[in-house]
Amino acid sequence: MVFGFIAVFKRDIRRYVRFKDQLFTSMLHPILWLALFGLGMAGNFERILGGGSAPAGMISYDYLTFMCPGMIAATILFANLYGGFSVLFDKNWGILREIMASPMPRRDLIIGISLSSVTKSLIQTFIIIVFGIVLGVTFFSGENVIGILISLIGIVLFVAVFSAAVLCVSLYVAFKTSSPEGYQGVTTVLSMPVFFASNALYPSAGLPPVLQEVALINPLTHLSNGLRYFSMGDHFSALGLEFLFSSTEILISFIYLLGFALVTFYFALRAVEQSVIT
Amino acid sequence: MSNSVILDVSNFSYAYGDVQAVKDVSFTVKKGEFLSFLGPNGAGKTTVINTLITLLPMQEGTVTIAGHDLRTDQVKVRGSIGIVFQQITLDKDMTVFETLDFHGDIYQMNREDKLNRISELLALVELEEKKDVLVNNLSGGMKRRLEIARGLMTRPQILFLDEPTIGLDPQTRQKTWEYLRMVNQEGTTIFMTTHYMDEADILSDSIALIDHGTIIKRGTPDELKSDLGKDIIYLETSDNNAVSDKIREIPGITGIQPCDGKLLIFSGNDGAQVLPGIIRAADEQGIMVRSVSLKKPTMDDVFMHYTGTEIRD
Repeated sequence: MVFGFIAVFKRDIRRYVRFKDQLFTSMLHPILWLALFGLGMAGNFERILGGGSAPAGMISYDYLTFMCPGMIAATILFANLYGGFSVLFDKNWGILREIMASPMPRRDLIIGISLSSVTKSLIQTFIIIVFGIVLGVTFFSGENVIGILISLIGIVLFVAVFSAAVLCVSLYVAFKTSSPEGYQGVTTVLSMPVFFASNALYPSAGLPPVLQEVALINPLTHLSNGLRYFSMGDHFSALGLEFLFSSTEILISFIYLLGFALVTFYFALRAVEQSVIT
Repeated sequence: MSNSVILDVSNFSYAYGDVQAVKDVSFTVKKGEFLSFLGPNGAGKTTVINTLITLLPMQEGTVTIAGHDLRTDQVKVRGSIGIVFQQITLDKDMTVFETLDFHGDIYQMNREDKLNRISELLALVELEEKKDVLVNNLSGGMKRRLEIARGLMTRPQILFLDEPTIGLDPQTRQKTWEYLRMVNQEGTTIFMTTHYMDEADILSDSIALIDHGTIIKRGTPDELKSDLGKDIIYLETSDNNAVSDKIREIPGITGIQPCDGKLLIFSGNDGAQVLPGIIRAADEQGIMVRSVSLKKPTMDDVFMHYTGTEIRD
């Protein structure tokens, strides 16, 4: 006997691997971000800031390295925000009717899709890290194998929780809207403030005060912080600014993301339970 | 409730806002029985079936399926029924095997039972050779057969079929009927909705005529047809009204009613012997007979008789 969510997970992953276009584009997408936007922005930032020497006793990172965790965060944000799209198709033209009429608990549907989404996000994260290092990103400087391993576990945890949370948002939208156009519209509008009112691409210190407040509660900021902490260390300089993360801060960020995921899971579950599909 | 009753519906009503789709419908289906809901589109058939398979919430009435109350025991009801939906509800990106495997998993079948059942059913619907073919590459008839197999995966106590041959070509329909008859003969109780007279007639043990959200008449196909007499005669004359009073007096005529510019005449005796008398009656009044046809009653005539209209699409 297989738990329902494993069946849902298996089906989703099977489609992901079977259709090479989805597999290929999902891997190419982050590489293009990093290669085009990343290198372009990094070149400009370096030109404006002119390198700048780091204060003593601190590791100094270039913009590309600073941005790379942000790229991971952004890629996962967008991939999962659009992740509910297949469910919209299942709902309108596919097997969601079969699933809804089955005795499988509704939560298994959400858990299964979340798990497959987390898996895809982790694959993307891995690709960005490897490709970033190829491009000259200096992650995990000065760390030994154990340190790198711990850092990777931290990154996996942050990515997993965040991607599940965002996927639940997109499931919620997919169950509440009926047309692909509506779904597209809502998720695009949602992505804007989350992406730009955060510290993914630039330090939030440079944002207008109101947006700084938004950035503070923005889950993407907490993800970026977590990723930077694990890939760049707790104390470094970049873009002429000093960054200092305490482990307590990072723990709070993680708990914050966990809470965010629970809330979105709850809303997604309610949306599934309330929806009538005939 | 008697043990042999699998589906027991009493005083069931359903409304979409102000629109009353189903009004106070009661019926039962016994173990092994094949019941068809026959009626035009918009009669309320799909509303009934969608509620019974738990996709629509229960409103008025009580429903018991396989001993479980539909209102309080939804999950148990879901576990004991099989469904073939009206529209194709398959993932075109899965193979035939994966489709059934997935179904077995979401119904929590154990692995051995699941794999055995898949081979059994693929043999039954003759899709063994298509086992690893993507659903996308199957013909319409094969997709239907796969859906029937899927509906039977968990050996349901009752199989619900919503317009199972809609959109299929005549040959594929015939073939689908063969499978359904086989499934029923193997002991599966079936509840089917259809707007095809021939389908209901050929397959069902019992037919409920449904129109405007109510059951108008229920009986076996033979009972329903014999209600209309032995033969029926369609007659078209220059004055249908005037001639009908005369015809009514002819011995052996059990009923007469106008329909679509013709007269529908029910004959309790052999129609061929009654026919000359009908022509004579018209002649005596100087009414011209334009056309006349004699036939054995079909479900179309039954429907016409009970609803006063032809089945509308």
